[in-house]
Amino acid sequence: MGLTSKAMGRGALDANLTPKTAASEAVIALAGNPNVGKSTLFNALTGLHQHTGNWPGKTVVSTQGLWHSGKHLWRLVDIPGTYSLVADSAEEAVARDFLCSGDPADRPDAVVVVCDATCLERNLYLVLQILETGLPTVVCVNLMDEAKRKGIVLDLPLLEQRLGVPVVATVARKKATLEGLASAIEGTLATHRPLPAPVTYPSAMERAISRLHPLLHAAGAGTNSRWLALHLLDGTVPPPETEPLATAITEQQARLAEEGLPQDAVATAIKDTAHRLCRGVIRYTAAKEPADRRIDRVVTSRLWGYPLMLLLLAGILWLTVVGANTPSQWLATGLFWVQEQLTALFRALHAPEWLHGALVLGVYRTLAWVVSVMLPPMAIFFPLFTLLEDVGYLPRIAYNLDRPFARCHACGKQALTMCMGFGCNAAGVVGCRIIRSPRERLLAIITNSFVPCNGRFPTLITLITLFFVGVGSGATLPAALLLTGLILLGILATLLMTRLLAVTLLKGEPSAFVLELPPYRPPQVGRVILRSVLDRTLFVLGRAAAVAAPAGLVIWLLANIPVGDASLLTCAAGVLDPFARLMGLDGAILLAFILGFPANEIVLPLVLMTYLSGGTLTDATDLSQLYQILTANGWTWHTAACTMVFSLFHWPCSTTLLTIRKETGSWRWTALSALLPTLLGMAVCMLITAVAGVLGV
Amino acid sequence: MDSLIPLHALKPGQRAVIRRLDTPEPLRRRLLELGLLPGEAIGCIGRSPGGDPSAYELCHAVVAIRRQDAAKIWIFTGEGNTSGTDE
Repeated sequence: MGLTSKAMGRGALDANLTPKTAASEAVIALAGNPNVGKSTLFNALTGLHQHTGNWPGKTVVSTQGLWHSGKHLWRLVDIPGTYSLVADSAEEAVARDFLCSGDPADRPDAVVVVCDATCLERNLYLVLQILETGLPTVVCVNLMDEAKRKGIVLDLPLLEQRLGVPVVATVARKKATLEGLASAIEGTLATHRPLPAPVTYPSAMERAISRLHPLLHAAGAGTNSRWLALHLLDGTVPPPETEPLATAITEQQARLAEEGLPQDAVATAIKDTAHRLCRGVIRYTAAKEPADRRIDRVVTSRLWGYPLMLLLLAGILWLTVVGANTPSQWLATGLFWVQEQLTALFRALHAPEWLHGALVLGVYRTLAWVVSVMLPPMAIFFPLFTLLEDVGYLPRIAYNLDRPFARCHACGKQALTMCMGFGCNAAGVVGCRIIRSPRERLLAIITNSFVPCNGRFPTLITLITLFFVGVGSGATLPAALLLTGLILLGILATLLMTRLLAVTLLKGEPSAFVLELPPYRPPQVGRVILRSVLDRTLFVLGRAAAVAAPAGLVIWLLANIPVGDASLLTCAAGVLDPFARLMGLDGAILLAFILGFPANEIVLPLVLMTYLSGGTLTDATDLSQLYQILTANGWTWHTAACTMVFSLFHWPCSTTLLTIRKETGSWRWTALSALLPTLLGMAVCMLITAVAGVLGV
Repeated sequence: MDSLIPLHALKPGQRAVIRRLDTPEPLRRRLLELGLLPGEAIGCIGRSPGGDPSAYELCHAVVAIRRQDAAKIWIFTGEGNTSGTDE
């Protein structure tokens, strides 16, 4: 999931499939198995920047875009990957409903079935099913470069001749290879004629289909009546209640049962057809073992599997710590210099003091803190993480971690959604759609915020640097290791809480786990860095403007509205203070966490704002003063430790909670998702405080 | 008669032919879609660090399956079925 506002905002979930609009001439659906490069193709054709990644199930919601292909303007719909049109997960149902909708007005005008050239025969299973729906179809054999590397030779003209629909070879990453696709679609749309049935079923089945056919036609079914008949018979489509159809279906089902058709007659017939179609089309010339196998033998080995995962995590965090340092200093220096200029400008204009206070010391200064402290670590961590995703390492993490998750009666794919949580918890929650079992999906949703998101990393990094390794010590490695430790703590909490839920509220046995491990792919380094830095930067800046600016204003107002002798801010912090002290925090920190509910990015800046408005230190012009500001307000390593723990375990941000509400459809599960980490955070903080008190440190 | 063994008994590096699926729905259909059909060749290519699940090569793709699910998939490792992935 990309962290663009589009992909993570609630808007992404509302992406309705309302295909036909006046602007475009036709609606083209992009279908295909998971992880065959649909999103890459979609981006290349529409010029949009849908997030791509090398793992099955990445696209869980449909996306639309306009495709200007020379003379035509088409609306392109990227639908979630699916192995077949028989849906048993939320994301697959999206695909099925869109392609097989009963009302012709809601169906796309044509389908491009994207196939993986390296396992074409398996992909034909879906192609044949889609052909059965009667929709005009173009088969797009993608990843031709990978097939070539693996010594796979394809005779696509022969396949085209056998299938009776256009077959086009593409490499979605190379735009030049996409030209043939447009003309193939144009041709298909122009000469729309009914296709011959691609698959022949056992004669009993065919007889039953032909009995239902006229009835379905009478009931208004269009070109998809063969598909419909087939799936009404095997029960994968719920039967209609209208007569005479309902009776006819029951009758035919009974007759089929009598004839004793084998259980997998339909699947077997499709598979056999795919196999027959591929005879002479696919040739394997390479004899040697693919490099993927050798990589996997190390990456998933008993000896190296876990250490390598830790090493990668620590490595990424180390690069983030090292890389973020200097830009943070630059940004701070630059932005606070601007603040001085703004102050000078306000003075020169004789602006009233309250206006200068509210706008410069309130709004601008909070923005400056957010940008200088939070932005650099985010802008480094996110592309690095995306690179891992692009290579195809994430499914290996799920594979390696399935055992621990299974022990907690959950699904290994939760490791995937947990990893997505590192980017953004809201995105991680949406990603839980890849988990089929509703119980295991709920487990993954509720526990997602136990790992720190990209918005919380900078807080952790800053506090570790200030209080545990020393400012300017240059000890980046210990900082990265401490951060790794914190994340492991988050992962441990994820597992423990999952287990706890699995034996209490969400009882059940672990369901089946089937996960495809895709081939490794060279990452698109340039593209990943450019997109994630641009998207991420714009997103954080946008969110900072939307959330931090008003929050800064609120803090300034609170600090400047007098109540008796003190300000409202001092009062509010004072009210929270006794409770916060129990957790090793203070009123200002807890207040910042509460005000930071819309976005975790602004918590630390708000703490600073509160202290600064308190007048202890009236000005801060660079990061080295951060430590002074905090210690002047009574911070010790113990305060820092508790703040980090509470940052790791507290209520998820408002976006995440709204997403949880949307995904679970229940306020109760949403409340639990907020309550669980908050209680854990409070408990751990109080424990630390109590132990520190006993030890007298 | 063929002597069938469950899939989880297949060791890394070994190959076999799928004979029967006793897995309950909807897993059964899921596996069929992935190409786990009687008559298809399958090879075990490794186990995860925890020993479970295992990775299997099937239709030129790699699929991870847990031991408890693999126990319900019956395979045949006879002579002549030990090499080659297609034809």
